[in-house]
Amino acid sequence: MSPSTVWFVVIGASVGAYLLKLTGLSVPAGALKRPSIRRAVELIPAALLAALVAVHTLTYEGALVVDFRLAALAAAAIALALRAPFIVVLLVAGGVGALGYVVAG
Amino acid sequence: MKPNTSERARVVRDGVSLGTAVGLYGMAFGATATAAGLSVWQASVLSLVMFTGASQFALVGVLAAGGGPFAAVGSALLLGTRNTIYGVRLAELLAYRGWRRIAAAHWVIDETTAVTVRENRQELSRLAFASSGSALFLFWNLTTVAGALGAQSFGPVLQAALDSVVPAAFLALLWPRLVPGADLLREQRIVAVGGAVIALALTPVVAPGLQIIAAGLAVLLAIRGFSAQPDGASSQRDETPLREDPHPLGGGSA
Repeated sequence: MSPSTVWFVVIGASVGAYLLKLTGLSVPAGALKRPSIRRAVELIPAALLAALVAVHTLTYEGALVVDFRLAALAAAAIALALRAPFIVVLLVAGGVGALGYVVAG
Repeated sequence: MKPNTSERARVVRDGVSLGTAVGLYGMAFGATATAAGLSVWQASVLSLVMFTGASQFALVGVLAAGGGPFAAVGSALLLGTRNTIYGVRLAELLAYRGWRRIAAAHWVIDETTAVTVRENRQELSRLAFASSGSALFLFWNLTTVAGALGAQSFGPVLQAALDSVVPAAFLALLWPRLVPGADLLREQRIVAVGGAVIALALTPVVAPGLQIIAAGLAVLLAIRGFSAQPDGASSQRDETPLREDPHPLGGGSA
């Protein structure tokens, strides 16, 4: 992708993300009350975030792989279950990932 | 009743501590963005203008994997729809008009929503929003630059740590939707598992980034299935107010 295309992507997506925020703050209360719309907006993030977790943990360059990132994710899940603060969850994941990388070579 | 000084101090302290907690995440973003081929300037424009972490990571993740512009913009914007819902919720609490609303919209994200909905008086809601928003904006942008500039000197071990931080951060955002107390809990769990399975299954066969979008679109189709269920378990929740996000970042502050 050429540098100008990357700029197009960066600016286009940034402006779009801002407009999505502004829309929420500006629509009249009740506009999103329709159950099917509300349900869709409530549920889509779970699917996307889970997809991102899976892809960033278990794939590398288009292939499925199991490596240190899975150990790191398991450690992060334990930290979350113990209600650790966000920063602690990230430090635990980073530490276990680095350790796993070193141990597994 | 007018909030007293200690209440105001508590709200500001919570907001600022949440802002500083995202520092490591911002550094991971800066480093991931430059590793994906973006310039330091491009990483900074994303943090300054897009200013919503999950969308930023999704965008650079797609570019890193070699995905096209459509997949990159599409996955960032699909994730950004969650800020629209936060905005609807915050509009009542903040009640900003005119240019204040236009400015405030920029800071409508997971973290600011979490601290703002905890306050039930307008003055404290606004204080929570402004203190968390300004702290987050400042730290997120500073750490983005630090991560982007530092990435060149990262060795393989630090890179492995970084590669592990990114999925953990997505998991931390997902977590509150999957634990008891979440709105539509059963459906959230089903679509999360479904989204992960669809994305993994499609990874070897579609262009990078499209598997994320496909996971989101599959949910839209599945909604019809959920809606058609005769039992009242899911439909009776339609009348509940918008989900008061308990704490999207797993207790990042306080």
